[in-house]
Amino acid sequence: MGRALLDTPHDVAEPADTPPVRRVRVVAVSTAAKAVPAPREPFDWRGLGARVLPPLGGLVLLIAVWALATQKSASFPTPLATFDAAVKLFSDPFYSNGPNDQGIGWNILFSLQRVGLGFGLAALVGIPLGFIIGRFTLFNRMLSPLISVLKPVSPLAWLPIGLLVFKSANPAAIWTIFICSIWPMVINTAVGVQKVPEDYLNVARVLKLSEWKIATRILLPSVMPYMLTGVRLSVGTAWLVIVAAEMLTGGVGIGFWVWDEWNNLNVAHIIIAIFVIGAVGLLLEWSLLAVARRFDYS
Amino acid sequence: MLVNSSPSINTRRTLQIQDVGMVFPTKRGPFVALRDINLEVQRGEFVTLIGHSGCGKSTLLNLVAGLTTPSSGILLLQERELTGPGPDRGVVFQNHSLLPWLSCLDNVLLAVERVFGEKEGKAQLRERALAALDLVGMSHAVAKRPQEISGGMKQRVGIARALAMEPKMLLMDEPFGALDALTRARLQDELMRIVATTGATVMMVTHDVDEAVLLSDRIVMMTNGPAATIGEVLRVDLPRPRARVALAENRDYVQYRKEVIDFLYTRHSHVEKAA
Repeated sequence: MGRALLDTPHDVAEPADTPPVRRVRVVAVSTAAKAVPAPREPFDWRGLGARVLPPLGGLVLLIAVWALATQKSASFPTPLATFDAAVKLFSDPFYSNGPNDQGIGWNILFSLQRVGLGFGLAALVGIPLGFIIGRFTLFNRMLSPLISVLKPVSPLAWLPIGLLVFKSANPAAIWTIFICSIWPMVINTAVGVQKVPEDYLNVARVLKLSEWKIATRILLPSVMPYMLTGVRLSVGTAWLVIVAAEMLTGGVGIGFWVWDEWNNLNVAHIIIAIFVIGAVGLLLEWSLLAVARRFDYS
Repeated sequence: MLVNSSPSINTRRTLQIQDVGMVFPTKRGPFVALRDINLEVQRGEFVTLIGHSGCGKSTLLNLVAGLTTPSSGILLLQERELTGPGPDRGVVFQNHSLLPWLSCLDNVLLAVERVFGEKEGKAQLRERALAALDLVGMSHAVAKRPQEISGGMKQRVGIARALAMEPKMLLMDEPFGALDALTRARLQDELMRIVATTGATVMMVTHDVDEAVLLSDRIVMMTNGPAATIGEVLRVDLPRPRARVALAENRDYVQYRKEVIDFLYTRHSHVEKAA
């Protein structure tokens, strides 16, 4: 439970909004160093090399192994063949020849839309639920065992329930995203609420702040980093789940596309899809990390 | 600023603690932290609670703050029984407890809005918060976040937050305990100045003998826990304003200091128990 929380980045420098110092009286320490423009340092080529070369080396190694392994294979495409296919694929990402033949751009966008919907609904339900569980012991005791049991369930186990209830593939896929991405948000928000420092709550008590002020001025900002960790994990899960769900439900989407290309025996496209899925997942993660950084007060 | 001008009955008495005892339930049965505490604090008086760690001095302060309720006895603030925490007592916490997502000004404003928000406009509230920050010499950092200023400055803002509410009493729980000796000395001087200007009634927990003698009108010395109580109360009749350098050679000062040390280390020396 607590494990996931450690993911929050702490190497964050808050932008110091330093107003012009008018009267520096008794205590002018710290922050002074910031104002002095440092002499420009020579560009750190070695540092850049150390950061850029190893990842490049890894990539080259992967491609080399791949090329060697597929040298004599007829069914598995070589890196070069895959690259050619990718160039062709991305030259027209938004074509549309009926529901079963659409550009990769459309497929990604449809998947993202499902993820957005399922995840958005999960956030809408999960975050308030997390607050309730964190703030009231009764609800914590009531719901914790249920969550512990439901959390490890595979997304695909939820899909039939969705199909049964919604009688249609698309809502069933969204339902699966919803139910799988809700848990990290519930749990992290609840832990965040429980970990609001006692000192801050004491401040609230001695000031006798209203529940509204406690929620907006103390709980929310204090829980924010935990909540965002939950959101980040949830989006990651949602993106994992969508591929599997779409494979089963069909329609337009990256998961369905992978399955379709498998039926066409177009392995190069499957490999491209794997890279694309990975890249989109990474972008989602990065953008949420950027958001989380803004709310880190440590 | 802190003086209540209302001409009520018996106005000199700000705080009365009557037969207060505090028992905490633990797994190994009830733990008696405090017993038979009787104390009165007059308006404008500076009282320090001193004793070894574990003597319940912070527990007593928390009782006055209303953060905990006594197991027995009652506490009266201006003849009214205390039933919980409230903005009529400004609390300064040892670790400042400023909210890191609010600027210094907003931290103080949070308190000011709570107390005066219904009667006064935005500009007036801001004025009050700024005045409080000015009083503690923090006008230069109103827009800064707590993590951008030093520990001593945070504690100043903490004091400003407590004072800005115009409380009947200022409660301080080892406010300078986490600061280095030089910063502590400077803040003690500042506190004396602030108390002199505002006429605040202060109850402060400390374990620093010099601090107690320098600041106090009366020093409440507590016996060791468990079941701690007030051992002795020492009245410090040193003229104000007090200057720390001059006091160092003052015969009375040295004598008061000796009395406190004698109480703490000779008569009630702390026995470290294996926990």
